[in-house]
Amino acid sequence: MPFTPANLDLARETIAKYPQKKSAVLPLLHLAQDQDGHVTPGAIEEIADLLDLTPALVLGTCSFYTMFKREPIGKLLVSVCTNVSCLVNGGPDLLDHLQRRYAADDDVTVEEVECIAACDLAPVLQVNYEFHGPVTGSDAETVIDEYKAGTRVARTISGSPVRS
Amino acid sequence: MPAQETRIITKFLRERPDDSWTIEAALRNGAYEGLKKALGMTPDDIISEVSTSGLRGRGGAGFGTGQKWSFLPKDVFPRYLAVNGDEGEPSTFKDHMLVERDPHQLLEGVIITSYAIQCHHAFIYLRGEFALGAERLGQAIADAYDRGFIGKNILGSGFDLEIVLHRGAGCYIAGDETGLLSSLEGERAMPRIKPPFPAVQGVYAAPTIVNNVETMSTVPHIVNRGGEWYASMGVNRSTGTRIFSVSGHVERPGNYEVELGMTFRELIDDLAGGMKDGKRLGFFIPGGASSPWLVEEHLDAPLDMDSVQSELKTMLGSGAIMVFDETVDPLLVAWRIAKFFAHESCGKCTPCREGSGWQEKVLYRMAHGYGRPEDLDLLLGFGNNIAPGLSWPPGMTTICQLGPSTVSPTVSLRNYWYDEIKERLARDAEARGAFVVTSESMESVEPTMEAAS
Ligand SMILES: Cc1cc2nc3c(=O)[nH]c(=O)nc-3n(C[C@H](O)[C@H](O)[C@H](O)COP(=O)(O)O)c2cc1C
Ligand code: SF4
Ligand code: FES
Repeated sequence: MPFTPANLDLARETIAKYPQKKSAVLPLLHLAQDQDGHVTPGAIEEIADLLDLTPALVLGTCSFYTMFKREPIGKLLVSVCTNVSCLVNGGPDLLDHLQRRYAADDDVTVEEVECIAACDLAPVLQVNYEFHGPVTGSDAETVIDEYKAGTRVARTISGSPVRS
Repeated sequence: MPAQETRIITKFLRERPDDSWTIEAALRNGAYEGLKKALGMTPDDIISEVSTSGLRGRGGAGFGTGQKWSFLPKDVFPRYLAVNGDEGEPSTFKDHMLVERDPHQLLEGVIITSYAIQCHHAFIYLRGEFALGAERLGQAIADAYDRGFIGKNILGSGFDLEIVLHRGAGCYIAGDETGLLSSLEGERAMPRIKPPFPAVQGVYAAPTIVNNVETMSTVPHIVNRGGEWYASMGVNRSTGTRIFSVSGHVERPGNYEVELGMTFRELIDDLAGGMKDGKRLGFFIPGGASSPWLVEEHLDAPLDMDSVQSELKTMLGSGAIMVFDETVDPLLVAWRIAKFFAHESCGKCTPCREGSGWQEKVLYRMAHGYGRPEDLDLLLGFGNNIAPGLSWPPGMTTICQLGPSTVSPTVSLRNYWYDEIKERLARDAEARGAFVVTSESMESVEPTMEAAS
């Protein structure tokens, strides 16, 4: 879907903050992902248009960064760290547990990530970029289910605060 | 007496855990007083004060901060400041604490530095995954604009500055200073060959200073209390305090701000509570996943950037200390670090792109019972192509330090467990009934080869 009028305004404001327009590629990709749930081919074209770039350049940038998802994912993105401090504190088991538990749940996407800089909380995960740790498999399920039920308010899929 | 923290940049955030990030609490604590003082000084005076302090970059390379600023070519404008908050080095978790819990301290440092280097546009590149950090820093920037600490004619001084918060999007190599510049320009975060150094040709090909979040957060204190005061703390050329992120098998993992010169043992035992569950230390990694590892005999070495490099052949890097107890398999940790680097290599240089992937594959089989007796030598062989000499600081064949860093685990395996690993690999091969290539087995196949010709 193209940027909504409100998001288009936001996009223009963002572009104006930079000495050169091209610097707005990452922020606009975040904005598009927040709006549509992932980065669509249409968004790549629209961003290229706004910034006077080729879609190939925008797609090239987009594909380099792990936070940008180019396929639809669940409303909740659970990112489980398995890097070394988490590795020796049960990170891989936590990942395995959650991948199985939510395999059939379209609302929840579980992914393995590199160190998310919260190793003092190992094993640690993020739900839409909010930290939770240290957690056991069942702690994590409780947290995820609270987000699903809305008793916890999740950030957007790109980790922005929810705009009221 | 057990060793203690020396809290300078973490003092306020520890004292006010519930609201240290708000402008009201920060102002009550004297935030922006350093800025007022700085605006009454000349830019050169500030640079010389920071040089006197001996402050060295806290991002990993430990370069003199005042010295870096003085490398800006005279009379070339505009100039930019890019603050490095990418914090991707595994097991480093100090910068986002500073961003989330004391954003005004960081901003004050950024404004003072911008004034000192005469730049009017500063970017804070914050790792994309730090959502709370982005929220709090975004609010802090808005509040600082409202109060006239950022914007036009700051506090009536005639100095103008815009600060832009720029969120990354998941990519370790954006933490390298030149990768960061590429990323800030809207491209893949691929590092660039130096020279030209960023101070000469950085973002938009203009002179650019790249400094770490912790480095920036220290600047207001130096301006407030003087370079001499800062230099009076620490040891040798490692002056002042640093935050160390201690994780792994310790009782109290966390961030500890200490005067440099304390020993690893004091940091691990007195501050981080010692080994978890009373187990014995196996090994520890002193400066993030890029650094070669250390063992028990090194515990009494001081936290001194230079001696750790010259004597222990490793680095304090990003100040991330990972502690592993004796039950941890070094091969497993080596493989996991190799996997990280293989994932994060940007692919621009052949030795790093190919070497990181092969190291992951070979270490995987070594750690999981499929190793071959010659595997460690194989790794050392191609490691030597990536980081010639297999020492520290490493020889370079690549554009950035990620390449040679991939070899640190292999070098560490060689340093402490060479014979043990070779024996283990031989046992694994035998247990699998694998055909092992030796000079004898080669002889036994020779006749067949002759027969074939
Ligand atoms: C692969 C790689 C990753 C890096 N990641 C970071 C990082 O996440 N944060 C950081 O401040 N410096 C990082 N650095 C170091 C920067 O290149 C640079 O030296 C530093 O930001 C300069 O700031 P300082 O002088 O204040 O330390 C990295 C370097 C390399 C080679
Ligand atoms: S050393 Fe590796 S990460 Fe660095 S520029 Fe070369 S390929 Fe990219
Ligand atoms: S190793 Fe898991 S958060 Fe750092």
